[in-house]
Amino acid sequence: MKRSLRFYLQLAFTVVVCAFLVVPVVLSIMAGVTENFFVGIKSGLTFRWVVEVWTLYNKTIFLSIGIALATLAVTLLIGIPAAYVLARRQNRYTRWIEELIVLPVAVPGLATALALILLYGQFSGFRISWTFILVGHVLFTLPFMVRSVLAVMSAIDLKTLEDAAASLGASFTQRFFHVILPNCRQGILAGALMVVTLSMGEFNITWMLHTPLTMTLPVGLADSYASMRLEIGSAYTIVFFIMIIPLLVAMQWMSEPAKVKPRFLS
Amino acid sequence: MKPTHRESLRHIVLLLPALTIFSAFWLLPMARLVSVGASGEMGVSAYWAVITDPRYFSSLVSTIVLSATVTFATIIISGITGMFLQRNHFFGRRFLLATLTFPLAFPGVVVGFMVILLVGRQGVVGSVTEWLFGEKLVLAYSMAGLFLGYLYFSIPRVILTIMAAAEKLDGALEEAARSLGASPWQVVRDVMIPGLKPALISSGAICFATSMGAFGTAFTLATKINVLPITIYSEFTNYANFSLAAALSIVLGLITWLALALARSMAGSTVAAAA
Repeated sequence: MKRSLRFYLQLAFTVVVCAFLVVPVVLSIMAGVTENFFVGIKSGLTFRWVVEVWTLYNKTIFLSIGIALATLAVTLLIGIPAAYVLARRQNRYTRWIEELIVLPVAVPGLATALALILLYGQFSGFRISWTFILVGHVLFTLPFMVRSVLAVMSAIDLKTLEDAAASLGASFTQRFFHVILPNCRQGILAGALMVVTLSMGEFNITWMLHTPLTMTLPVGLADSYASMRLEIGSAYTIVFFIMIIPLLVAMQWMSEPAKVKPRFLS
Repeated sequence: MKPTHRESLRHIVLLLPALTIFSAFWLLPMARLVSVGASGEMGVSAYWAVITDPRYFSSLVSTIVLSATVTFATIIISGITGMFLQRNHFFGRRFLLATLTFPLAFPGVVVGFMVILLVGRQGVVGSVTEWLFGEKLVLAYSMAGLFLGYLYFSIPRVILTIMAAAEKLDGALEEAARSLGASPWQVVRDVMIPGLKPALISSGAICFATSMGAFGTAFTLATKINVLPITIYSEFTNYANFSLAAALSIVLGLITWLALALARSMAGSTVAAAA
């Protein structure tokens, strides 16, 4: 098939846009494994920057994974029951609640963080512990879990399923764990991936809430960009990529067959 | 059918954990933030400082101008790219699509670092211009760097939203317009843009709100750039001016919330920002 000139012009434009997004990623990967980025690849390839990042910052990696999993646990525990009620009871009040819980995403993280510090900063035990960051992450990710589960719950006929189970004598606990949850596992899984990915990358709230002893991965990244040589910042960024790629691949893989849109996109 | 008493009770119990955590850790702190904002030397008028004090006003204006420019540029770039990728199937399309999804998960700090690698002191653009013209082009630590950074995190989100909306557009309408003699530009203006309007409005609002509140990118590039999040941050940490920082962040929060709420009432779909 012969393509028109317009096709090639648009293709060229698209390639430039993609290059804008990809070139820096490739550069950071190269810089992270080059002896001296200023000299270039010819200075030799090395893993010493990655090793150095590991010795300097490995705590931030474990803390980020820990906080992401804790955030996931909390959002599952409080988010799924909330989504269930929002799906079953669609009235003025539940719409209000839906609106309210999205606010921590609509308002800049800086404002949420300042508010938390002004009210709870004086409780020093809480202020210096990792749970202070956990609170910020739960607020920020909860709407994504609730919306993801709610989307699936609204698509299936929840009430009929429940009534059928109830007419067969199933108690509410039985219905919840054996009928409702299995029917929403797509939404729960999508929400869970979203929550973990967002928590691992959260910076705006975390930067204000962290202490030198509770540095997460993105906070450590900011620290290394500001105070370390370019190669170390790059090697650290590689570590972040390695952690985030499996999550992204899983999200894409999930969204393709079922056509569940990732919830980044509203 | 009205829910039974027992059911209502159950629903309240199920909602309670989420509502308690949200009230204790967001509503109450926010109420405190609002009152701290009014507790400084200036009292409630601190909220007007963002307009009356030239320093904060210029910071507000530059943030709004920057965010609006980024939004406009993102919509045009993503519109062209998104429509192209949706309508044409060719070798390498999947690869190009994959490159668009990858930056979605980058925090603002990483985006800032990407800009440094691109147009910073040791950036690739600088080396190319040095080789070509004998002079290094360094943009990263200025408004231009911020602009590029905000484009970087906005483009992927908007492209994917536009592609999802374009998928639902009826291609036959464009065919009809063309067969009736419409020029390519007329097809874009009179058929495609109206069809994509809800997606354009909602993704534009998200883009604007995210840019207004973006902190990580500006923080990495330079703490001296005069945008509102950086101003709030330095008032809070460098000058310990808590009441003013609180007032400014409430104003900023109202602006982003308003942008999203307006877009939702115009586009009629749910709009949520993602940082």
